[in-house]
Amino acid sequence: MNNDKLIIGGHEFNSRFILGSGKYSMKLIEAAVKDAGAEIITLAVRRANTKEQESILDYIPEGITLLPNTSGARNAEEAVRIARLARELGCGNFVKIEIMRDSKYLLPDNQETIKATDILANEGFVVMPYMYPDLNIARDLVNAGAASVMPLASPIGSNKGLATKEFIQILIDEIDLPIIVDAGIGRPSQACEAMEIGAAAIMANTALATAGDLPMMASAFKNAIEAGRKAYLAGLGRVLTRGASASDPLTGFLRD
Amino acid sequence: MENQFFVDSEYLSSEALEKKHRLESDPSFRKNHMEYMSGMEIIESDVCKNVMAQMNSYDYSEYTADDVKAALEHNTCTIDDFKALLSPAAEPFLEQMAERARLETSKHFGNTVYLFTPLYIANYCENYCVYCGFNCYNHIKRMKLSMEQIEKEMKVIADSGMEEILILTGESRGQSNVEYIGEACKLARKYFRMVGLEIYPVNTDEYRYLHECGADYVTVFQETYDADKYEKLHLLGHKRVWPYRFDAQERALRGGMRGVAFSALLGLSEFRKDALASALHVYYLQRKYPHAEMSLSCPRLRPIINNDKINPLDVHEKQLCQVLCAYRIFLPYVGITVSSRESAEFRNGIVKIAATKVSAGVSTGIGDHESKYSGKETDGVQGDEQFEIDDNRSLDKMYQDIADEGLQPVLNDYLYV
Repeated sequence: MNNDKLIIGGHEFNSRFILGSGKYSMKLIEAAVKDAGAEIITLAVRRANTKEQESILDYIPEGITLLPNTSGARNAEEAVRIARLARELGCGNFVKIEIMRDSKYLLPDNQETIKATDILANEGFVVMPYMYPDLNIARDLVNAGAASVMPLASPIGSNKGLATKEFIQILIDEIDLPIIVDAGIGRPSQACEAMEIGAAAIMANTALATAGDLPMMASAFKNAIEAGRKAYLAGLGRVLTRGASASDPLTGFLRD
Repeated sequence: MENQFFVDSEYLSSEALEKKHRLESDPSFRKNHMEYMSGMEIIESDVCKNVMAQMNSYDYSEYTADDVKAALEHNTCTIDDFKALLSPAAEPFLEQMAERARLETSKHFGNTVYLFTPLYIANYCENYCVYCGFNCYNHIKRMKLSMEQIEKEMKVIADSGMEEILILTGESRGQSNVEYIGEACKLARKYFRMVGLEIYPVNTDEYRYLHECGADYVTVFQETYDADKYEKLHLLGHKRVWPYRFDAQERALRGGMRGVAFSALLGLSEFRKDALASALHVYYLQRKYPHAEMSLSCPRLRPIINNDKINPLDVHEKQLCQVLCAYRIFLPYVGITVSSRESAEFRNGIVKIAATKVSAGVSTGIGDHESKYSGKETDGVQGDEQFEIDDNRSLDKMYQDIADEGLQPVLNDYLYV
């Protein structure tokens, strides 16, 4: 397990929990780092665009990778502008692309996301696109230079868990980049489930932010993600894998 | 009991008084409020028709406790559920509605509360809206700030820490033309992260110009969606044209604005119908412009200078809370703003349930921020206020009070792109 690293764009991480940006607070960052072991923290550039900004950036502990996102972008062009601004603000080279043309469900616009990924990857960004889980789109994102693919589990903030499980499984099976499940993970058991099927990491925010005891929930997520990862690496027993297998070989009768 | 809106000023000439009285008493003397005036852009849209069909057929007395219970059990709140939640039958369920509303608010907004402040740059008005302190027949100190004065006001506000500003004017194209407002937006971009506008409705190309000057949100209050009642309250001026006002948000979105805000002024007409129409105005426009950000306000009538008896009639705090909870359950993703018209106690309570944005450090007068913020007398002339505010907390106090409630005050969550 010690050698089991999450690798995104050539950067290595030990933790497979990434803090999302939805509901931001200092207490949340603290719990995510201390109790969930997060090494990557998302920061909405729109939210960092404040006089308080210095204090937010100052608060990010040493060694933590900032992942600025482009929330607020309604098309590729706006996402590109926000990403460039993030780099100017000193947020590093990572960028999570979020493009929403829908203010009600905040569902990502896959087509625009491909365009933005292409432009930003060419500019040297480590691009992590948030997307609706569609295999063709995921392949296009790979070709556009994405460093990971981030499919949604269910609508953002909904805490509804792996509503798109079958489709995320397809991405895990077919795409060679880390598949990071983002949005909708509401409880540790759901995070564990996603890790069991082979997700590379989990991004969550609301589930922690709205918990009664934030540090305890952060630690519960850490344990769940580690448990799911171990189960995946160990290889799940046959009852849990897809399809069935008979206990005696069906082809045992063959003689030569 | 109805409000008594008509007040005669001793400063009006006999001709002006005669015209005012005729406007008040003789409907045939008033212009057709459904007819566009010259220069007003007409857009093709079915939003108004849809909203009005729902509002006109809404009989809130038909709904029962069972309808309300069913509405609260549904995962997705339908239009009919929303009608039940707005009805008198829902009043005994206020606590359950508040619980559900709080859940929806936390799902979509976490525990954040956004802060902003309004800046009135002029109070000249060409309209006679009988309930408004700025109305052209009301004798108040009128003023329009110069660009230097606007910048001075903005500096004072920005120094207080505020990052979002809402620029307001009285509704006078003559005194406060679009270029004047555009220049104010350009100045505001220097001092604030986010610039909103609450001005008279304009055409699409003018909204586009204002957007290019730095504004990205437009607020237009319809006042009342009951067009017949509207006609009796807005007796003179371009504001009298009800349909042009109704389409303002759609023109603003077509002009490139990121977001729009809506409201009826509760207390002018049947508040349940007005609340229904306000929310459906959002609902239908959101379906047509899904990228747009939408928000609702919920102002109630307040006393004005020279008429301290104006009040919100049957819209008490309980009814206001019911409306806000119903808004939140029906439209979980929209912002809800509660202004300083309401008391500090009400605002402290409602931000825990449904509201996501409150104003602080508010003045509805003109050019008085320095004296209000620092407490020191200034020699500059100041213009009178639009209405009396109730909650006069400063930004610092409001920020601290919100944090003390376990919520997270946010000064900005916006980028101009």
